[in-house]
Amino acid sequence: MAGYADPGFDTLALHAGAAPDPSNGARAVPIHLTTSFVFESSEHAQSLFNLERAGHVYSRISNPTNAVLEQRVAALEGGIGAITTASGQAALHLSVATLMGAGSHIVASTALYGGSQNLLHYTMRRFGIEATFVKPGDLDGWKAAIRPNTKLVFGETVGNPGLDVLDIPTVSGIAHEAGVPLLVDSTLTSPWLMKPLELGADLVYHSATKFLSGHGTVVGGIVVDGGSFDWARAYAQSGKFAELAAPYEGFHNMNFSEESTVGAFLLRARREGLRDFGACMSPHSAWLILQGVETLGLRMERHMRNTEKVVQFLASQPMVERVGHPMLESHPSHALAQKLLPRGAGSVFSFDLKGSRKQGQVFVETLKVFSHLANVGDCRSLVIHPASTTHFRMTDEALAGAGITQGTIRLSIGLEDADDLIDDLKRALKAADKAGA
Amino acid sequence: MELTVNNAKTYCYTGGKPYDAAKPSVVFIHGVLNDHSVWILQSRYLANHGYNVLAVDLPGHCRSAGEAPSTVEEAADFIAALLDAAGVQSAALVGHSWGSLIALEAASRLKERVTHLVLVGTAFPMKVSPVLIETSLSEPVKAMNMINVFSRSTLAAPPSALGPGTWVFGAGMALGKRVLASNTAVNVFHRGFVACDRYANGEQAIREVTCPVLFLLGAQDQMTQPRAAQALISKAKTAGKPVQVATLPVGHHQMNETPEETLFAIRDFLKA
Repeated sequence: MAGYADPGFDTLALHAGAAPDPSNGARAVPIHLTTSFVFESSEHAQSLFNLERAGHVYSRISNPTNAVLEQRVAALEGGIGAITTASGQAALHLSVATLMGAGSHIVASTALYGGSQNLLHYTMRRFGIEATFVKPGDLDGWKAAIRPNTKLVFGETVGNPGLDVLDIPTVSGIAHEAGVPLLVDSTLTSPWLMKPLELGADLVYHSATKFLSGHGTVVGGIVVDGGSFDWARAYAQSGKFAELAAPYEGFHNMNFSEESTVGAFLLRARREGLRDFGACMSPHSAWLILQGVETLGLRMERHMRNTEKVVQFLASQPMVERVGHPMLESHPSHALAQKLLPRGAGSVFSFDLKGSRKQGQVFVETLKVFSHLANVGDCRSLVIHPASTTHFRMTDEALAGAGITQGTIRLSIGLEDADDLIDDLKRALKAADKAGA
Repeated sequence: MELTVNNAKTYCYTGGKPYDAAKPSVVFIHGVLNDHSVWILQSRYLANHGYNVLAVDLPGHCRSAGEAPSTVEEAADFIAALLDAAGVQSAALVGHSWGSLIALEAASRLKERVTHLVLVGTAFPMKVSPVLIETSLSEPVKAMNMINVFSRSTLAAPPSALGPGTWVFGAGMALGKRVLASNTAVNVFHRGFVACDRYANGEQAIREVTCPVLFLLGAQDQMTQPRAAQALISKAKTAGKPVQVATLPVGHHQMNETPEETLFAIRDFLKA
């Protein structure tokens, strides 16, 4: 089917969650820059606070502009709803903090963004939550790492920056067999390249700062619930997830799984997580991200077309030791990417430069179209040296686990003319070559 | 709340409130591939505003054990048994879609024990296309997608069951899959559709109802189109029943796409 009632990806990217404003006819989504919303009466106020009626109270908990973004990304991901957060890291923390407390355990991929690895390996440990890290392709390892107190299995759709593709159907099967949900960071692929919920993940989050926003103008995050994990059943079987399936004293003894058969996670994450931790998104940020989401399909198509050309160019250069993109048959995830990511495995990838670290520095500093900075998913092309920046707190062993060497350069391919990008890289490679002479 | 009805564990959402014999009671009855949670915004409100609420999971659906009803009549018998098990002498019955037929049939049997009857997204006869019935059996997820498309009237629902940020279409799909998976013995999707399709006692039942009736219809409802309820409305009026008809600007997802309007219509009708 097609049409308004059964729209495709690009129609949802423009229309999901938003209609012309009934009060003034505004077609674009208004920015609701207000902290609070007036109650119709004392009775209305009480009903809103007690979840008897749905509506907005205070913008830390919800806001109409954010709600449009939440509906829209949930629609694109095939979820039941979403919650916007201050950043992608806030979305990860909100997910973890909603599902578990001290004494819990997470099984996570080794191929994670440095900040996520840090959060799980160091910071959450301080709060009594431990993590075991498993190489994304080590399927036996995922199974073996699950403990009786494991509450979450977690990975990235494609690992940052090595692009190891997570075998979501298999890993979710392992997680579900153990009565545990799978959370996936889908930042680098966006729903245009992959819909993790359709492949078996239960929760998916984004650093919306990246491709969803797409313009390098805003920091934000969003977590989407697929509504697929049966928290009440898991609680009955193992006693896990009392947070979602037993009365919660912190909210009038509400049992979130009774309130919503499929949406307990979102209910608690908003009513406890945003209320108490407070890492909410500004409505202005939500609006900026919405501008990006509206052109997500168009941009991703161009990102991927440019990436193909740049990858092919780099793969043919003598100064380049290795190009780590799954579109190449040499990449260990090539076959899996063909299956799970038929539109491409993303436009953020790494390559190893031959020569010294100094030559690497010359390469980065010679680039003019590529900007040297700590971000990915911008419409402009970007470059960074992960070992000394995004992943610098990681040990050599952890770096190796993430597929990073001292010579690894990470690129984020933007929307410029591909010929200009290739020319820029050509000049930088030449300069790096000279620096080694 | 868990009750034992017909020797089977039966779940009813009560809004977290204990039964109070001094309060009027309302029983919410869900439709095919749904459970109590589709009523959450209406049932929780009423539970906190002077009513005992029993939002039931029908037998063989989600939290309730027992044999899933094969006919509207079987389900109506279950509702009568539920009232007895809960110790409820009289109650308002509120049903959606298939649940509206169950409420109608139960009201015709329970006579004065039913104080009000609310038929949300109703039709009689409630014919289901043979293709949809067949697809619900052979490719249930495809059929689920079809009914959620037919049920949808907007891409921009107001804050709904999960609060702001609820994607009603996705929530409908996820709940359908969960309900289907909750019964490994029977395809409750197919069984529910067949029960709707075969129910033939609607006109007789409406004549036997003794309480006021509210028809709560969706102007854009493609599953149970408003015109398909007109014969039943006429019969009720002809039989001299106190009838109200409210038409909301919504499709078949009344409780989630227009949660406030649906609540207010039910609340005001119960108060009158």
